[in-house]
Amino acid sequence: MGLQADFDPVASRLRLAGDLRMTGAAQLEPVLREAERTGSPELLLDLRSVGETDIGPAWLIRCTLERLAARGVAVRTEGAAAEHSAYLDRLAGEQRGTLASPARSTPQRWLIDLGRAIEARVLSWVEALSFGGQLIMTASTAWASLRRWRVPSVVRHVYETGVQAIPVVAVIAFLISVISAYIGAQQLRPFGAEIFTVDLVAIGVLRELGVLLTAIMVAGRTGSAYAAELGVMKLNDEVDALESMGINPYEVLVLPRVLALVIALPLLTVIADAMGLAGGALLTKYLIDLPWQQFVMRLDSAIGETTFWAGLVKAPVFGLLIALTGTLRGLQVRESSRELGRLTTVAVVQSIFLVIFADAIFAIFFLEIDF
Amino acid sequence: MDQVRPVIRVRDIVNRFGTQLVHDGVSFDVHAGEIFGIVGGSGSGKSVLLKTMLGLHRPNSGSVEVEGRDIIAMSERELREVKRRYGVTFQHGALFTSLSVAENVILPIAEAVDVSEQTLGELVELRLRMVGLPLDAASKFPAQLSGGMVKRAALARALALDPPLLFLDEPTAGLDPIAATAFDDLVIYLRDTLELTVVMVTHDLDTLARTCDRVGVLVDRKLVVDTLEGIVRSEHPWIREYFHGARGRSVEDAAEGRDGT
Repeated sequence: MGLQADFDPVASRLRLAGDLRMTGAAQLEPVLREAERTGSPELLLDLRSVGETDIGPAWLIRCTLERLAARGVAVRTEGAAAEHSAYLDRLAGEQRGTLASPARSTPQRWLIDLGRAIEARVLSWVEALSFGGQLIMTASTAWASLRRWRVPSVVRHVYETGVQAIPVVAVIAFLISVISAYIGAQQLRPFGAEIFTVDLVAIGVLRELGVLLTAIMVAGRTGSAYAAELGVMKLNDEVDALESMGINPYEVLVLPRVLALVIALPLLTVIADAMGLAGGALLTKYLIDLPWQQFVMRLDSAIGETTFWAGLVKAPVFGLLIALTGTLRGLQVRESSRELGRLTTVAVVQSIFLVIFADAIFAIFFLEIDF
Repeated sequence: MDQVRPVIRVRDIVNRFGTQLVHDGVSFDVHAGEIFGIVGGSGSGKSVLLKTMLGLHRPNSGSVEVEGRDIIAMSERELREVKRRYGVTFQHGALFTSLSVAENVILPIAEAVDVSEQTLGELVELRLRMVGLPLDAASKFPAQLSGGMVKRAALARALALDPPLLFLDEPTAGLDPIAATAFDDLVIYLRDTLELTVVMVTHDLDTLARTCDRVGVLVDRKLVVDTLEGIVRSEHPWIREYFHGARGRSVEDAAEGRDGT
């Protein structure tokens, strides 16, 4: 039987009928609230036609009656006493402390939150520092023995982060050079300087676009994978398990990953550069009718000795930044699946930021030393 | 003898994974208000059986009736309706780690009924009191709780909608004997006061002896069901090994003790 609940404010009479189920709580609630606001000094609770009662609704009624009693309203019950009342009395009688009410936002609260946020930020930096220190220590002690460099593990990671990323990196590099060749040809045509499209594409791809886009791609692909992998291992106590076996987690988890990316990213960059130039050659052939041989000759004169290296030399640095950010954030995961998601996101965003920031520094540096 | 309709009626369940036959004609009834224990060796398919009863796993053949309705033949919608009728605790608690204990308890309530914050707060207090958790645990996150508290919080969540049926998967695994005994008492108490029907999968012989009215043992791909005393006297070699091995002594004593009274 369904629940019927009504409150008669004139007679101050709360009538409940039917089965009091948890599913009927939404119906019960407004009537209870109404009864709670009664202006009358007494309340009549009519339970004569109540059927089966769940614990939940019984408790809600009890809470309401208690608040009424606290206001000095006399409650008279008609019909049998509510089911479970002895059990609920016993539950309510147990000392279990109080339910913390949700924190209000006061200036004090705001200040506390600010302090906590600053503390967390500082701690995060300290952790990053200690992470770096640990890694340097591990690398310097592992230097002596080849076995401790975990070659198989490094190879596996080079395969996963490098070889498997070739298709996507190649396509991206090709497309970006198509875009820059297209824009270049169009903008330079009014000046009759279409031939400089080759210069634009070659220098753009080799110096900046090839390595930068590859790094961003890898940051999204591998940075997130590193963070998530290590984060799950952390949640599963796998990192602690390693440590308990006397195995340095930095040596088996972090170092191979970092090393692998430092190796893989330059290799990917070379592929990106090649694909970029191929894209440029294709586009110039169709847009400005430049034969292949001409493209190659123009290319030869456009780029200096250092152009290719100016791009490539940045790749291991970017690889290092991405791998360090990913592994650090992964190891910072604690306690919950939400942390895992948050830190994976942080890993990707920060590594892309760091890559672009480092690229800017390189640009200034190369300009200063005229590289 | 009165023929009361069983709460759960399992008939001829067959579960096969590839070439491996896990269940071959498992049949049993669970009656209203009883605590039914399921035991079995590792890999004997206890969890699969539990999932089959919960409607989370579809068996190759057979039927599972919950309160007279076959959940295997049911549509998703009907099944969801049935799922509101039972509460489940998983072996490792399966509390949502990104939610506080209070939010974990609130989740099923807020999904089912539309009530105010204040009411939700009152209901959280009730559930925590029911499972004997201190109320300041409400704002804590699962990672901040001890193993025993996680199990209790999981039970609080399972009880959120006052289900008439409770499934417990290894409720006392990983608890110290004191916490395990307290948990047993809690389950018995809830059964007695709320007239719950409880199905539990457990390896804990003490829990089995203390709480379960009847026990089903998964052996040879079938479920052998009897009272604990009957099971203990079984001639089946695996069951003998299970209950009369080095760890089985206390159960035997308990069973005999109960027999005598």
